[in-house]
Formats: sequence, C-alpha cells, structure tokens
Amino acid sequence: MSALFLFAASFLACAVEMVEALTIVLGVGIVRGWRAPLIGVAAATSVLALLVAALGPALQSIPIDALRFVVGALLLAFGLQWLRKAILRASGYKALHDEEEAFVEERERAAGAAADTRAGLDWYGFTVAFKGVLLEGLEVVFIVLAFGSAQGRIGLAVLGAAAALAVVVAAGVIARGPLARVPENAIKFGVGLLLTSFGCFWAAEGAGVDWPGEEIALLGVIAFFAVVSLGLVRALRHQRTKTLVLARPAT
Amino acid sequence: MSRLRAFAHFWWNFVVGDDWRVAAGIAVGLLLTWVAEQAGVDVWWFLPIEVAVVLGASLWRATRSVPDA
Repeated sequence: MSALFLFAASFLACAVEMVEALTIVLGVGIVRGWRAPLIGVAAATSVLALLVAALGPALQSIPIDALRFVVGALLLAFGLQWLRKAILRASGYKALHDEEEAFVEERERAAGAAADTRAGLDWYGFTVAFKGVLLEGLEVVFIVLAFGSAQGRIGLAVLGAAAALAVVVAAGVIARGPLARVPENAIKFGVGLLLTSFGCFWAAEGAGVDWPGEEIALLGVIAFFAVVSLGLVRALRHQRTKTLVLARPAT
Repeated sequence: MSRLRAFAHFWWNFVVGDDWRVAAGIAVGLLLTWVAEQAGVDVWWFLPIEVAVVLGASLWRATRSVPDA
C-alpha cells in the first residue's frame, strides 16, 4: 500500500513541478530557438540525476529510525508549506497559478532580453531553461530522496518521477503550449496532503511512537489531514465571504 | 558573503518557507512526543493533532488581514 502512495507522491510532485518548468522552457524556446534551452534542460536534468545518484545510496546507509525521524520532520515541514499554500489558494486568499499568464510573461521577457552568445549558445535561453528546470526539479529530488530513502525504495520513487517527466514532455510536445488545463492546485493539495501525512507518520515513529495497526495507521493519518484541510478550506472561504460582505460599501 | 547569504536564504525558504512558526511548532511537537514516549506514555495521537493546530494557527495569522487573492 505504501509503495502505491510512494509512487503517487513522486509522480504527482514531479508532474506538477515539470508543468511549471515546461512553461518556462516553452516560453524561451518559442521566442529564441530551441537549441540553447534544450541543452539547458539536459544539463539541469543531469545535475538532478547526479544528486539522486550521489545522495540516495548515502542516505540508505543511515540507520532507519534516525533517518525516518529526520526525513519525517523535513517532509512534515515541507509538506505543510505545500498544503498551507494549497489551502490558501482553494479558499481564495491566494491567486491560483496561471500557466497561460506565466507563459506570456516568459515569452515577453525572452523577447526583450539582449542577444548574448557564450560557448556558442544563446546564453539567455540556456540559463533560463537550466535554472527553471533545476529549481523546480530540486523539490522533486527532495521528495524522491525523502520518500525513497525512508521506505528503502529510491528506485520506485525515481520511477514515479521519471514516468511523470515522460508524460509531461509528451503532453507538451502534443499540445505545443503550456499545460494550462492541468489542475495544478488540486495536485499540489494532494501532494501536500501525502507529504504531511507521511512526514507525520515517520517523524512520530522516529520519536518512538508505535502506531496502532502499524502501516494501516497511515491511512488514518491521511484521512485525518484530508478532513482537517478540507475543513480549513471551508472555514476560510466562509471567513473570506463574510469579510468581503462587511467591506462592501452600503448602497 | 552575499552568495553565502543567498545560499542560506534559499535553503531556509526551501525547508521553512513563509511561516517559521510552523517549523518551530513541528519541532516542539516532536520534542514533546519523544519526551512522552521516553517516559513510557503512548502518544501516537498527539502529533497529528498538534500539527493540525499549528496549520490552523498559521492560516489564521495569514488570513487575518488579507481578504482578497
């Protein structure tokens, strides 16, 4: 069961981050040509793969209880950031991420940037694609390493991320534009929920907790945080509506 | 020095994010869980509830004065 969640978390986190990276690469590539951005993508992907290859085996040599405590605490902190932002977006307190808008902005920036050729490459195209993929990918690497090492299945986590990468690239090639119809906030909500639940489960276990029912308790933790999160969305929507009504001038 | 600061800032943002009190709340929750377990008290239920309270409090602070997206 936890293998399924591991694959799902890795797949969804990678998919949603790569949708954002794809928007950046498309915006630059369409305006300035594809060679430099694609080399940037290849370079960043190599750096990310090297990070997983170097840190993965090192993490697996740490005793499992200590690893789960540290990884669980980090996942919990990281997952709560995702969940918090997703709740703020779902309740209307934070603007939803708009891939179409991000694409137009990226294209305008690319069109306005000065020509600068280094090492035979359009330097702007290379650096923007490299940074975009690297920064979005770092979160994926963290999730893959954290989930994979705590369960001793880094290979499966890498497989989930690689499958997502393939799906997003294929969808981008077919659509020839940003993947604006991907329900990013819903996916981020789901990933935040999984990261928070797994983080809580492992960190507590690392602190000495024996969960009733062992791994089955994880389902209870996920359900608990799902109910709490949806309740918070509902409460915040209600609070926002009330505030807007009170702020509206009387006619 | 500014690069070092930027590096530290990046990792702070990466792990801690917008509200440092969430990370502090997690640390306190884990410490209390560990202390209770060391004392032989079974507190499997404590951390999820504490995390839910920390999340709710953080959202309440973030939305007190921001009605619009």
